[in-house]
Amino acid sequence: MQDQRIGVAGSLESCDVLVMVILSAESRGMTLEIDSPSLASFGEEMKNTVMEIMETLGIPHAVIKVQDRGALDCTLRARTEAAAKRALAVPAGEKVSE
Amino acid sequence: MNRRRLRRTSLYIPGTNPGMLANAEVYGADSVILDLEDGVPVSEKDAARILVRNALQHIPYRRAEVTVRVNALSTPFGRDDFREIIPLAPDAVRLPKCESADDVREADAMMTEIELENGIEPGTVGIIAITESARGGRNLSEIAAESPRLIALNYGAEDYTADIGAVRTKEGRELDDIRAKVIVAARIAGVQALDSVFGDVNDLDGLYAEALRVRLLGFDGKSVIHPRQIPVVHRAFTPSDQEVGFARRVMAAFREASSRGAGVIALDGRMIDAPVVARAEKILALAEAAGCLPGER
Repeated sequence: MQDQRIGVAGSLESCDVLVMVILSAESRGMTLEIDSPSLASFGEEMKNTVMEIMETLGIPHAVIKVQDRGALDCTLRARTEAAAKRALAVPAGEKVSE
Repeated sequence: MNRRRLRRTSLYIPGTNPGMLANAEVYGADSVILDLEDGVPVSEKDAARILVRNALQHIPYRRAEVTVRVNALSTPFGRDDFREIIPLAPDAVRLPKCESADDVREADAMMTEIELENGIEPGTVGIIAITESARGGRNLSEIAAESPRLIALNYGAEDYTADIGAVRTKEGRELDDIRAKVIVAARIAGVQALDSVFGDVNDLDGLYAEALRVRLLGFDGKSVIHPRQIPVVHRAFTPSDQEVGFARRVMAAFREASSRGAGVIALDGRMIDAPVVARAEKILALAEAAGCLPGER
């Protein structure tokens, strides 16, 4: 746990999404948890969006938790990018919530 | 960049609020301000910048003019704002804390550099300068004339009055000086003059009175902070029947005189010259925007 770098962005307000990105030396591949009212309809698209952002940022290993409150795809993109960049900005050995 | 488009209302949308960003146009403002500056706490500057960039990329804004209030280049956030926002070519950036022509020159140069890097025609993105200090007020003429990107002057009432040591009142006499400066500088430079916000969102009568007052002073529009303020300001910026009637007769007389090559135009025994024609055109444009111009113009 000491090597985790955590970035969080977004909120649980309507039309927003809260994204947590956890970077850890022990992580292998991507672990993605999505909690969304539209999971059945758009779960696959949401997963693809998150994966695309992580790939763009060059992050191959992470745990990502997504709590959706009806966000548009562009909001999910923005919140994922912000959370990931915040996690990347945390010096190794430290942890930041927001 | 449409220099002369209608800007009766400019609605502030916090860059932190995805719901409002998605619905920015729905409220009917002529211009929307996606705000990265005072509406965003320091801890959220990074996330707001990314959110607004994604909104510009993916939300199909069509009706309203889309502008972004960036942070001043003198702050730690300004350069990152420009780097993220200019490549998306919003209609304009709103440049806060404009103190001198140097601020406009620096922004203009950076915008040109980013536009060229991104294959955008230099000058595509306009600038609406916001002055918020005594120094900025003194330098408004230079600010307005510094760049062809400049499309309007605006001022921040709260910051300005705080800077000059005035007390904010409902009546607003403390703003007489800056309003006069903004109008004169804008007219000399041939750009629009935009009034500051009316802070009490529950006092719609007070808002109407102030909006009407600034229209009669010569302002082209007013910033608003709540959607409910939009129809009130639009009503204040809608010319009266008498104004519209006179403007129509001026334009008819102007057209008739032009068709026969007459140099001097008279209406009701009064000489109609270029300023009167220009005022009539502005009145009719406002009336048309308000949807109260049936029939011929």
